[in-house]
Amino acid sequence: MALLFFFLFISITLGITYWAARRTRTTEHFYAAGRSISAGQNGFALAGDYMSAASFLGIAGLVSTTGFDGLIYSTGWLVGWPVVLFLIAEPLRNLGKYTFADVVALRLRAVPVRIAAALGTLATVVFYLIAQMVGAGSLIRLLFDIPFEAAVVLTGAAMIVYVLFGGMLATTWVQIVKAGLLLGGATLLGLLVLARFGFDPTALFAAAAEKYGDAVLAPGKLVSSPLEAISLGMALMFGTAGLPHILMRFYTVPEARAARSSVFYATGLIGYFYLMTFVLGFGAMVLVGPDAIRAADAGGNMAAPLLAELLGGTPFLGFISAVAFATILAVVAGLTLSGAAALSHDLWVNVVRGGRSESDEELRVARFATVALGLLAIGLGISLEGQNVAFMVALAFAIAASANFPALVLAIFWPRLSTAGAVASMLTGTLATVLLIWLSPTIQVDMLKEAEAWFPLKNPALVTIPLSFAMGIVVSLLRPEPEAEARYRALARQMHLGHEDT
Amino acid sequence: MSDRDGALERLAARRARVAGALTAAVMAVYFGFILLIAFSKPLLATKLRPGLTLGIALGALVIVISWLSTWLYVRWANRRYDAALDELRK
Repeated sequence: MALLFFFLFISITLGITYWAARRTRTTEHFYAAGRSISAGQNGFALAGDYMSAASFLGIAGLVSTTGFDGLIYSTGWLVGWPVVLFLIAEPLRNLGKYTFADVVALRLRAVPVRIAAALGTLATVVFYLIAQMVGAGSLIRLLFDIPFEAAVVLTGAAMIVYVLFGGMLATTWVQIVKAGLLLGGATLLGLLVLARFGFDPTALFAAAAEKYGDAVLAPGKLVSSPLEAISLGMALMFGTAGLPHILMRFYTVPEARAARSSVFYATGLIGYFYLMTFVLGFGAMVLVGPDAIRAADAGGNMAAPLLAELLGGTPFLGFISAVAFATILAVVAGLTLSGAAALSHDLWVNVVRGGRSESDEELRVARFATVALGLLAIGLGISLEGQNVAFMVALAFAIAASANFPALVLAIFWPRLSTAGAVASMLTGTLATVLLIWLSPTIQVDMLKEAEAWFPLKNPALVTIPLSFAMGIVVSLLRPEPEAEARYRALARQMHLGHEDT
Repeated sequence: MSDRDGALERLAARRARVAGALTAAVMAVYFGFILLIAFSKPLLATKLRPGLTLGIALGALVIVISWLSTWLYVRWANRRYDAALDELRK
């Protein structure tokens, strides 16, 4: 049954890819869907890019086994969106073309800025991809009962096909279909749960408290150290505004006003989805039971699928499993496309070719980069089987928040940012984050079994975000660039009014 | 400096103020919630009614406020900011 829904999704998305492939002839189509996506469509696509299997299955699982604590993650994943809207979305759309590096490099010296930005982008994308691929392998094995390697290869192959042939247009519509399925599936499941409690969520929570004690409705062990909690919170809040595959979406809409509205839609959809997963988690706790959930998967990932089976039988289990798989597939497609854009647009065209390259050539390089990244993702996914890679999502967010976000904010709001300052900020953000994660308890104690870690926090954002801002500001002041400052004034009009010649 | 440049500069400063204030507000709400969880767990366990603790209500409120803040910004931008941009385009 699951396979039936799964093949249905694959056929529909391949149909979309075929349709999109015939419309994808230039780089503007490949990277930005010809700027033809409406605000509402982009709202769904942003939500689709963001709502990963980790947030659907993971948060539902966390709530079903610990109760309240899952809500801490839900709020953290959401609060980044207002920041995207207030600080980034519109200036990004007005100043850039395909990647966030366009905005940083616009008034600075292109070569060093593009190299540093591509490093930050690729680090974010690769860690995020690894987490998704390894997660996909285990999840698909669990849901569809096929071998891990086959699952990873299948995911990688489908994603390569979408991006390679359909570019951003296919990727966007895959996200929209997936977001619709995921929101529809979660709503249906939520209504089936609430129907048993007179459509009153508090009746559901009360039933959970009666069965498992009042503690499930109050904060538990997740936040024990305030510094740890704030550090993770900073990574989530500012990381969203530095995720390359999210930022790239703002180039697919016709103008800044549409970019603005699309964040409002996306925030509403994602917020609704997280409130729904909270209900689903409690539904699974009361109806399925934490012990049965942990028995199916120690990490709790099976909470939502088991709940679906209980309430709607095998067909509903099949539907929810297929939705979970579609979710992973769509997220990796978006990530791969943004990685390919960094390799082809930032590194090949603007560094190797010095900004002079034919659209045809750039398109060929972008497609080559897509295949290379896809194969890399498959290889890493298979070789890291069984490793605990959940921390890599937090790592990707920490890099995005420390390497990409500060440089973007400084480039948009601070006239005196110089090339040296931007490069220093981005390199510091990337390298310090990776280094501090290496020295953190996650790697040193949990993985390498050392007695203690040199750096106390599991997530370094509390240190690396301020450090990256400070490096950008101090180095810019020490190595000023008056021409860049003059160009900032000249670009002020474009930043607010957009590309007026087009 | 022409009038237009001056108007643009004032508009840019106004947008930066609105964006900065809203960002600070969302940060205060979210980190306030996290600090409450870290420092006053018993308070958040207070029951408002059977099945609803203060913690759950505040958590849901953080999500709703985040969304409302985007609505507030979009409303400001669609009315004031866009009107000022249209003036500048003339």
